[in-house]
Amino acid sequence: MHLPFRHSIARKNLMALTGGFLSFFLLIHLAGNLQLLLPEARAREQFNLYAQLLSGNILIKAISYGLYLSILLHALYALLLALSSRKARGGQAYVYDHRRQASPWYARSMGLLGSILLVFLAVHMKDFWYVYKFTAIPLDEHGQKDLYTVVATAYQEAWYVLLYVVAMIALGFHLLHGVKSALFSLGLYHPRYRLWAKRASTAYAIAMTAGFCLIPIYLYFTQNPA
Amino acid sequence: MKITLYIWRQDNAQAKGNMEKHALNGLNPDMSFLEMLDVLNEQIITAGGDPVEFDHDCREGICGQCGLFINGRAHGPLAATTTCQLHLRHFKDGDTIYVEPFRAAAFPVVKDLRIDRSAFDRIIQAGGYVSARTGDAPEANALPVPHRTAEQAFDAAACIGCGACVATCKNASAALFTAAKVSHLAMLPQGQPEREHRAQAMSAQMDEEGFGHCTQTGACEVECPQEISIAHIARMNYEFNRGAILKP
Ligand code: HEM
Ligand code: FES
Repeated sequence: MHLPFRHSIARKNLMALTGGFLSFFLLIHLAGNLQLLLPEARAREQFNLYAQLLSGNILIKAISYGLYLSILLHALYALLLALSSRKARGGQAYVYDHRRQASPWYARSMGLLGSILLVFLAVHMKDFWYVYKFTAIPLDEHGQKDLYTVVATAYQEAWYVLLYVVAMIALGFHLLHGVKSALFSLGLYHPRYRLWAKRASTAYAIAMTAGFCLIPIYLYFTQNPA
Repeated sequence: MKITLYIWRQDNAQAKGNMEKHALNGLNPDMSFLEMLDVLNEQIITAGGDPVEFDHDCREGICGQCGLFINGRAHGPLAATTTCQLHLRHFKDGDTIYVEPFRAAAFPVVKDLRIDRSAFDRIIQAGGYVSARTGDAPEANALPVPHRTAEQAFDAAACIGCGACVATCKNASAALFTAAKVSHLAMLPQGQPEREHRAQAMSAQMDEEGFGHCTQTGACEVECPQEISIAHIARMNYEFNRGAILKP
């Protein structure tokens, strides 16, 4: 098979660009979704309006196709790299192996963390994106599709909230290594900014995990008063 | 000192190897790890057996020939130390030690602990050279290289090519080795004529030899006896992209 980006560094560039684009999207996605934390009536009106605005916008549409493509390419090249890595390791494994002492577990487990994310994305898209786009859902009092109720109802279930929290922790660790690593892969790295690049990517990973965990947890507890 | 060794034995690249147990007594804690293997070989030869083959040359930590996977770590448990600079005093009396070759598809076992690292030579041949006539060593102050740059280039040039980076990497990537040479030459005036080709050519050879990609886990810089930083890998990636854009 003669895929573009045959070179291992070029492949890592592609992983970094697609991963970086997805990471940038997450920032916007979280900012928009924080509207779900508003008082119920306000949140319903504003969030539904926001959803309608986005789904009607041609620019947003173009960006969303970019996102789907990024996820596909990112996952595809992750798989290709994993296969070549397996081949490079060779047939005979170390009999006695303590290599894990030399690097953090999450940096070695990007494939596993990414696979969790892929499963999560499938569930997430099916339950919200597909339901909003392709099924008839009730309208709110302003005549907009009531996505707020779909989301809020989903988070009434403890197991569903737990699924989100687990996936977001996987996301957090994927980003903790991923963002820093993406800067490296693109060659955008300078010893002078080493500390700042590390701090910024750590802060970003924590903020994304905390933000995306907060929404389902908040909606669970406001709808299931003790 | 008493040490129990489990040591990798393999007749040739095609043969299937296995761990072999040996008990050593009366060892001096000031012996180096390789001297312990010399004692082991004498013991094996006296008993009429086939001695264990392993790579070594200078035994001073400068040539990069030695390289063993000791107790699950490249060059053993000590930081910034080659196998030849590891001494028995870093182990306890009665310890069991596991010794294996550096493993990677691109480093086939020749015999026992000896591996073929000629893939590294071919990576260097692909671009780790300068074509400018450099003549005799010039007067140091006449060189237009600032001190900081010279130091950084020297840090990269310190690579002894032992292969610990490949041995420890989950992808068996030669990125740190290749990057050290790319980075070293990219920073110096002598390296400029081939600059736009070097990273491309050397990393293409790296792929060709069957080494894996870089995930930036950082394990290589932890195991590197010369403490070469993975920042050089970022610089190689930069040089790779710069070359892709500026290639004449
Ligand atoms: C679809 C499921 C995903 C899979 C299977 C996956 C897999 C991976 C793997 C295996 C790597 C490491 C590549 C390597 O160096 O060996 C990686 C890197 C990365 N991922 Fe993902 N990932 C997924 C989703 C995501 C998402 C949703 C984001 C961002 C929001 C993301 C952002 C990144 C970034 C920034 C990197 C660093 C790229 C680099 O090292 O150059 N990934 N991913
Ligand atoms: S034998 Fe030369 S570095 Fe160890």
